[in-house]
Amino acid sequence: MCGIVGLFLKDKALEPELGALLSSMLITMTDRGPDSAGIAIYGSDNGKTAKITLQSADPGTDFDGLGDALKGALGIPVSIEVKSTHAVVTLDKDKVDAGRAALSSLRPNIRVMSSGDTIEIYKEIGLPKDVVSRFAVSGMSGTHGIGHTRMATESAVTTLGAHPFSTGSDQCLVHNGSLSNHNNLRRELKRQGMTFETENDSEVAAAYLTAEMAKGKDLGAALTSAVDDLDGFFTFVVGTKSGFGVLRDPIACKPAVMAETDRYVAFGSEYRALVNLPGIETARIWEPEPATVYFWDHEKAA
Amino acid sequence: MPVFDLSTTPLRELNSALHGLSAGANDTVFEVINPRGSHAVAVGIDAPVTVDIKGSVGYYCAGMNDGGNVTVHGSAGPGVAENMMSGSVVIEGDASQYAGATGRGGLLVIKGNAASRCGISMKGIDIVVHGNIGHMSAFMGQSGHLVVLGDAGDALGDSLYEAKLFVRGSVKSLGADCIEKDMRPEHIEKLAELLELAGIRDVRPEEFKRYGSARKLYNFNIDNAEAY
Repeated sequence: MCGIVGLFLKDKALEPELGALLSSMLITMTDRGPDSAGIAIYGSDNGKTAKITLQSADPGTDFDGLGDALKGALGIPVSIEVKSTHAVVTLDKDKVDAGRAALSSLRPNIRVMSSGDTIEIYKEIGLPKDVVSRFAVSGMSGTHGIGHTRMATESAVTTLGAHPFSTGSDQCLVHNGSLSNHNNLRRELKRQGMTFETENDSEVAAAYLTAEMAKGKDLGAALTSAVDDLDGFFTFVVGTKSGFGVLRDPIACKPAVMAETDRYVAFGSEYRALVNLPGIETARIWEPEPATVYFWDHEKAA
Repeated sequence: MPVFDLSTTPLRELNSALHGLSAGANDTVFEVINPRGSHAVAVGIDAPVTVDIKGSVGYYCAGMNDGGNVTVHGSAGPGVAENMMSGSVVIEGDASQYAGATGRGGLLVIKGNAASRCGISMKGIDIVVHGNIGHMSAFMGQSGHLVVLGDAGDALGDSLYEAKLFVRGSVKSLGADCIEKDMRPEHIEKLAELLELAGIRDVRPEEFKRYGSARKLYNFNIDNAEAY
């Protein structure tokens, strides 16, 4: 059992409240997953800079002087905002690859949670309320976001085993369920050049979608092929820079409720997660159909 | 009339009050407000009480109901009226998966749609759904009636025993050992009675098709191995 929440905003006036709304939704899902929690938030794109979110088991040592060290390695100024065990590095978009390479040599123990133009991922073991408060998620604004509360079944309770998983630029996935063909698929994806941080089944699903999108598919098309290629139980909620998707396996025993108004599309493992959203009383509320791709995109809607 | 506001009152107080009713008690009409998707609302009723729930509920609402009349003025999460013994449960909105699962008696009416596995392993309950039902509904249904005014999803009545299924709309596919059967006069009569009980006046029983067990899978037979 796990809990999933997601919120895709259509009304820009709600953007400053994204972190607060998602935090409240996530905490409501604590009893579905008290082991660990995580959240991916998509902020605004200024057209110039990108972000790399880092995690360290020893933030005091790893993050100390990191800004100067990166500046020395890259020859450009970078900014670093440290939040507890995580840090967000902001740098020019065309320096992301060089920045990641520099980070892995300067601080080999650091883990990259996400990188991209707008995505930030924060995840840790512990109760969801503690996780959102240590990263001050409530104060964050953004266009869309996804959260997960984990009750581990397929791999250990660790920071890296928490969701969301990000395996591509500005991409993330959260999963409730268990995949049965993840070992085979992981071998296949490794052969295609994908790299993996964990033995977790959900990371394989994330990498699968990344690989499909790298072949030119949009998120909706990648999810459509996932119905055929992924075996097991799953409710997925996935994010891209501008997109938000939902997919359930054909058996559909992992719960899911969705709500849509003129202002947002929301996902919850249970209706309880949605009750504090503005206008929920008059929202269109439905249970997503099995083996059916649901997909929204800011750019395609505009 | 006792009113329980679940935004300020613990769920256990409501359920304890329902369980504590003594025979012949007069105060038997309860109202529940602000359920906000709570789980296990009004489970284990064993007295002829009326409970009106003003809003949507989570898992297992009215589970094990024995004699109560529960109305949800909203939608219900998974397992509504699971293992109902007697009484009635009415959902004004939609119901999530396995509504009425394993129910042994009573009437469950869902005015919206029901998701997958509606009436799974039903054992005597009657279920009337105004809208559509999802896949694997009435799986291994043993007795009782499932009446669907809309459409049914994949694998209706898979491995069915003697539950009787009536569907007015289309059936996406039938499960193993489930077949369409003739509507005989006794079926028309029973269906008319169930529609009446569910307060449906504008639909005729002749508009439905009946589905039931082909009775090929009751006992293992090596010749049927491919059907399991």
